[in-house]
Amino acid sequence: MTTTKDIQQAFKERLDYDELMNCMRCGFCLPSCPTYGQTNQYEAASPRGRIALMKGVVDGLIEPDESVEKQLNLCLGCRACEPVCPSGVKYGHLLEEARDIIQQKKRHKWPVKALRHMVFEQLFPHKERLKNVHSLLAFYQRSGLQKAVQKTNILNVLPGNLAQMEKTLPPVLTKKEMKKRPFLFEAEGTRERTVAFFTGCLMDTMFMETNNATIALLQKAGCKVVIPEVQTCCGALHAHGGEKDQAKKLAKQNIMAFESIQADDIVLNAGGCGALLVEYDHLLKEEPEWKERAAAFSAKVKDFSEILLQQQFVEKQKLSLPSQIITYQDSCHLRNVMKTSSAPRKLIQAINGTVFNEMENADHCCGSAGIYNLTEQEMSMQILDYKMEKVKETHAHTIVTANPGCLIQMKLGVVREGVEESVRAVHLADLLLEAAESK
Amino acid sequence: MLNERTKAKLVEVVGSANFQDSSEARLVYSYDATPNFQSLPDAVIMPENKEQVKRILTICNEDHVPIVPRGSGTNLSAGTCPTQGGIVLTFNRMNKILEIDEENLTATVQPGVITLDLINAVEAKGLFYPPDPSSMKISTIGGNISECSGGLRGLKYGVTKDYVLGLEVVLANGDCIKTGGKLAKDVAGYDLTNLFVGSEGTLGVVTEAILKLIPIPETKQTLLALFEDMDAAAKTVSAIIAHKIIPATLEFLDQPTCEVVEDFAQVGLPTDVNAVLLIEQDGPPEVVSRDIEMISRICSEGNAVSVKVAASQAEAEALSTARRSALSALARMKPTTILEDATVPRSKISEMVKAINEIAVTYNVKICTFGHAGDGNLHPTCLTDARDKEELHRVEQAFEAIFHKAFELGGTITGEHGVGEMKAPYLALKMGGEGVAAMKAIKYALDPQGIMNPGKIFAKDTRKRVVVRS
Ligand SMILES: Cc1cc2nc3c(=O)[nH]c(=O)nc-3n(C[C@H](O)[C@H](O)[C@H](O)COP(=O)(O)OP(=O)(O)OC[C@H]3O[C@@H](n4cnc5c(N)ncnc54)[C@H](O)[C@@H]3O)c2cc1C
Ligand code: SF4
Ligand code: SF4
Repeated sequence: MTTTKDIQQAFKERLDYDELMNCMRCGFCLPSCPTYGQTNQYEAASPRGRIALMKGVVDGLIEPDESVEKQLNLCLGCRACEPVCPSGVKYGHLLEEARDIIQQKKRHKWPVKALRHMVFEQLFPHKERLKNVHSLLAFYQRSGLQKAVQKTNILNVLPGNLAQMEKTLPPVLTKKEMKKRPFLFEAEGTRERTVAFFTGCLMDTMFMETNNATIALLQKAGCKVVIPEVQTCCGALHAHGGEKDQAKKLAKQNIMAFESIQADDIVLNAGGCGALLVEYDHLLKEEPEWKERAAAFSAKVKDFSEILLQQQFVEKQKLSLPSQIITYQDSCHLRNVMKTSSAPRKLIQAINGTVFNEMENADHCCGSAGIYNLTEQEMSMQILDYKMEKVKETHAHTIVTANPGCLIQMKLGVVREGVEESVRAVHLADLLLEAAESK
Repeated sequence: MLNERTKAKLVEVVGSANFQDSSEARLVYSYDATPNFQSLPDAVIMPENKEQVKRILTICNEDHVPIVPRGSGTNLSAGTCPTQGGIVLTFNRMNKILEIDEENLTATVQPGVITLDLINAVEAKGLFYPPDPSSMKISTIGGNISECSGGLRGLKYGVTKDYVLGLEVVLANGDCIKTGGKLAKDVAGYDLTNLFVGSEGTLGVVTEAILKLIPIPETKQTLLALFEDMDAAAKTVSAIIAHKIIPATLEFLDQPTCEVVEDFAQVGLPTDVNAVLLIEQDGPPEVVSRDIEMISRICSEGNAVSVKVAASQAEAEALSTARRSALSALARMKPTTILEDATVPRSKISEMVKAINEIAVTYNVKICTFGHAGDGNLHPTCLTDARDKEELHRVEQAFEAIFHKAFELGGTITGEHGVGEMKAPYLALKMGGEGVAAMKAIKYALDPQGIMNPGKIFAKDTRKRVVVRS
């Protein structure tokens, strides 16, 4: 009871009422929302509906009950609704705040609490632990935590799916190999730029090879690449999962880490992380001593594809691959928040010997969305199956993505469809390096 | 609240998945795109076919439950706001294009089909469905028919009613009637088809429609003319028509509108002139070139400071897409955007625009104006903040003055958005007492219990338009 009151009070105090009012309910955002599409156009599962729910709580028209929470959870946070909104409603910020309030006020049952604690505090902020992610997964399964979690039904973690997912994981480098990597990479040829590389957590553990590929590409494009050692997790999972304070802490650590390096750009290859990095200034907007530093940091953040294009990589480097059809799945955050959508396509189209087939609704979320594919399995798989239909229509042999979450999801899609023999999903960086090296 | 018996009967018809009465569902169907209106329904029902609609209406008629049919809720007259409670009936499960008949040039559709989906489907076959409300990406055909929506192509091609050949309608008592059909000629009895078009869900529920298609125009050219002086732009509109040219599109935007639209769409709209005309002509290439040349000359003679023909299809497309976003883009300026829909004979555009600006000054409110200049349909749009009650009162007064002026010039209170509840108090202004009485006679003959979208079109009494209820 009191929780509901608390939540309502916090909604009143913390949600930006001007932003809620800015939504003029024109409905222009509805067609771009994947959950609206997948729920047979149910208004509550649309951006307009979710904004109305948040405003309804603030206005006292409804209680912030479980169904409100459910709709907010069902949102992918893909932010496809933002660029199409003519009124410029910052939906993502509203959602983040609302989720944070609900999370903070909620009394979780212990297994959920334990899992959240493990994911948000024990795992992601600590890269060395992430490097042991496989053993953690095993711990999760063996400890009984998994069973308990399943019983709560809050995290519908189905073993079947996890098992399928496990199959999609790339071979992880050994710890020794991970430790071996230097922190400074000189440009090939003349040095034209110095860039600081944001490694990310998943990208630097499960997909470390992709990070290495990205660095190699940047070198080829004439960049000196520096990896600030003390950087940490971007905090996106936390910010979107309702753990804002933790996200702020991580943001500050990162700002300090990159301030120590005089780089022209802060470069990364994971749209999901990038979207939070470019919004650090928003995240820290209420902390005057950080605001400016955050803005300076955010202004430098760019996806590696933009840098490659800017550095005329395709002119400098001959790219070719054996004949194949390639399609590209946008990373929502890369597209909708970082506003990068043409650079990856241009790079792919520069590869000789391949055909690029744009898939319908490539800009619709694949259903991965952070840990959404664990917390909202049913919807996530529904969206993925729809996505795979669109992939099939392109006859693609290769699905290119630009974010680890999307990559895992698309690999899962390939497994679900049973087309592992004929279709592969790869990160753009890996594909480009392959194309650059193939003679 | 619905009583348990009624609820049980309705659930039996559609199944529990298609009957929602959670507080969440009721909240998200409590509004449409009309500012300041919100009111919770008792339940939301999503029928799957005509049979279910018939049974739902029969039950509601017996139990006196109001029914609010709803497409995508993009209307701007509070037409789908359930101010009298009852059930909201949505058609997203009835969204099939049943047939595109290339021999008879017709399309048969269910009401929940999204306008743009229909347009794309027929264009893929080289056919054309001209009604294109700015909301077409999301509005439904059922909603278009019920509001008799118009669009950017209205000047040359007319509005929705010009393309509805036949309807299947379920009446309040559950009877299902068919009006019109694929026939090009049909004068048997009253023209019920036209009666239901624009009836805003107050006479029955449209469950199927036969729409007229035409061959797609061969080419299209777009032209942008800029004016320092609003009056010159308005006079140019009249001059073009007086030269016996009917452009496909003839849109007008004032300076503040251009500024916000450009801010959103970034297509190179000028932001430093006082009026912009966006003109489009389509048809055979020779005719289009000749007309566009002529229009350019008329614009220059009418003191346009710049006249530019879009270089490419993409550029033209970007311009009209930007125009379509005008209303929502204006919403960026202030929290509350109230758009009106006053229409005057096109020869009176200039006078009307001048009057709107004077009224804005008199009542000290900010009004941006854009609209379908070619058909005299203007959208004076007021930027305000609903929390400022005092200002809102002045907005009310300003709009009242605008309606009176439009009427004085031989115009009407709405050209395409419908009367709904928002403009109900002004219907008598246009129709006169006898006119309203005749309309009411029709309404109660077809819906004696008054269950179909009650409170819409006819005002109970003359009262303030702005209501917020929970
Ligand atoms: C940004 C914006 C731009 C717009 N531009 C235009 C424009 O250019 N031209 C224009 O004409 N309008 C415009 N509109 C208004 C609106 O989009 C149209 O009126 C549209 O036709 C409504 O369609 P809908 O599906 O949203 O219907 P709704 O808003 O859901 O319903 C409209 C009316 O139709 C009734 N109704 C819906 N379905 C049925 C049915 N099956 N049977 C019986 N009654 C039914 C409802 O009860 C209601 O009275 C605009 C609106 C917005 C927000
Ligand atoms: S497009 Fe923007 S203003 Fe329109 S309903 Fe969606 S969020 Fe609201
Ligand atoms: S963020 Fe994505 S899923 Fe969420 S409301 Fe917006 S479009 Fe829909």
